[in-house]
Amino acid sequence: MADEVILLNFWPSIFGMRTTIALEEKGVKYEYREEEDVINNKTRLLLEMNPVHKKIPVLIHNGKPVCESIVQVQYIDEIWPEKNPFLPKDPYQRAQALFWADFIEKKVCVCGRRVWTTKGEELEAANKEFLELLKILQSELGDKPYFGGDKFGFVDTVLIGFFCWFPAYEKFGNYSMESECSELMAWGKRCMQRDSVANYLPDPERVIGYVLHLKKLFGLE
Amino acid sequence: MASDEVKVIGAWASPFVMRPRIALNLKSVPYEFLQETFGAKSELLLKSNPVHKKIPVLIHADKPVCESNIIVEYVDETWSASGPSMLPSTPYDRAIARFWAAYIDEKWFPSLKSILKAEGEEEKKAVLAQVEEGNALLEKAFIDCSKGKPFFNGEHIGYLDIAFGCFLAWLRVTELAGGHKLIDEVKTPSLSKWAERFCNDPAVKPVMPETATLAEFAKKIFAKPPA
Repeated sequence: MADEVILLNFWPSIFGMRTTIALEEKGVKYEYREEEDVINNKTRLLLEMNPVHKKIPVLIHNGKPVCESIVQVQYIDEIWPEKNPFLPKDPYQRAQALFWADFIEKKVCVCGRRVWTTKGEELEAANKEFLELLKILQSELGDKPYFGGDKFGFVDTVLIGFFCWFPAYEKFGNYSMESECSELMAWGKRCMQRDSVANYLPDPERVIGYVLHLKKLFGLE
Repeated sequence: MASDEVKVIGAWASPFVMRPRIALNLKSVPYEFLQETFGAKSELLLKSNPVHKKIPVLIHADKPVCESNIIVEYVDETWSASGPSMLPSTPYDRAIARFWAAYIDEKWFPSLKSILKAEGEEEKKAVLAQVEEGNALLEKAFIDCSKGKPFFNGEHIGYLDIAFGCFLAWLRVTELAGGHKLIDEVKTPSLSKWAERFCNDPAVKPVMPETATLAEFAKKIFAKPPA
């Protein structure tokens, strides 16, 4: 029986980009469904498949939902292990990859959100922290072409969505990513040479437009 | 030269520290427990977890592993031959276990903590309702995951049992302080029985603090001004 894979997503979501890229890396055939109005009008399918959080992305595999993007990437890696494995086989290396994915989730994502939802002193503090966190990641990357080493891996998949958001952060933070984090920018451009990333990461200009729209919506101009 | 020895840097009262300790016990792995002093961080901790500077840290053959749920997976994989698997056997069931573990850390435990910090009846009522809603979800999750067996992981204690069960002592302290039962035979019958099985397990009992001792400790730390 052929696998039926559906991805419920909302195009600007960094979280959704992880799952999309993971599926593309594995060459999995899936149906992409956009939640057009995920803030005000969630579809019945979304509410049914993710009743706990009511959030995208939701991966529906043969009718069964998997929620939480990092859990989804691990799941995809386990279901389709042969092509482009994301996680290392060695338990210690796996633990390191999971650690950095968790760091991105708990620190970078949370701080990143503060950058476009605050202003004045709060924004200054958020910008400062955001850059510090990116520099920690940059130092972890070191000389390697990817966080996964020679190959695009788990941490690369978890982080890459930020690359199309960097211009938005630059704009609202009033700094240049290239001057602050040039190695991370080089890493992003390297990842953009992969079809899975180049074809599925949204246009940064479109992301900026979306952030402007959100700031207006929440009265945060 | 790195030996194979295992150390856990932690503190007796921390539910997160309990996780790797239970996992190591389940795999019968001997380890040295390095107790941190409350309010101060040791050189070893700062060196082993420079990013977060937090406990627990597992040090295996001089290499640190951080983040409690990640440590549990690491223990399970490294000592896979020493005991039953702590994660379910299918990728889907593993994804469900990881989903609930994330829910517990991101939503459930913060709302439990808020009960102890809540000021005034209105706030307390609101947070209590949140925790009870969470407990109802976890009661159903238990039924779905356990499939009639004694633990979330089936026959044996596993990843999700540990992820949730580590909070039981703090849950009992919260119940005592608030005079309000959170997990009991009426509201959460399956979880109530599971909690007793979990706490009495020989891998858990030595590291689960006594409710009275923890209650005293809680009084002390919540009496301090907020950091």
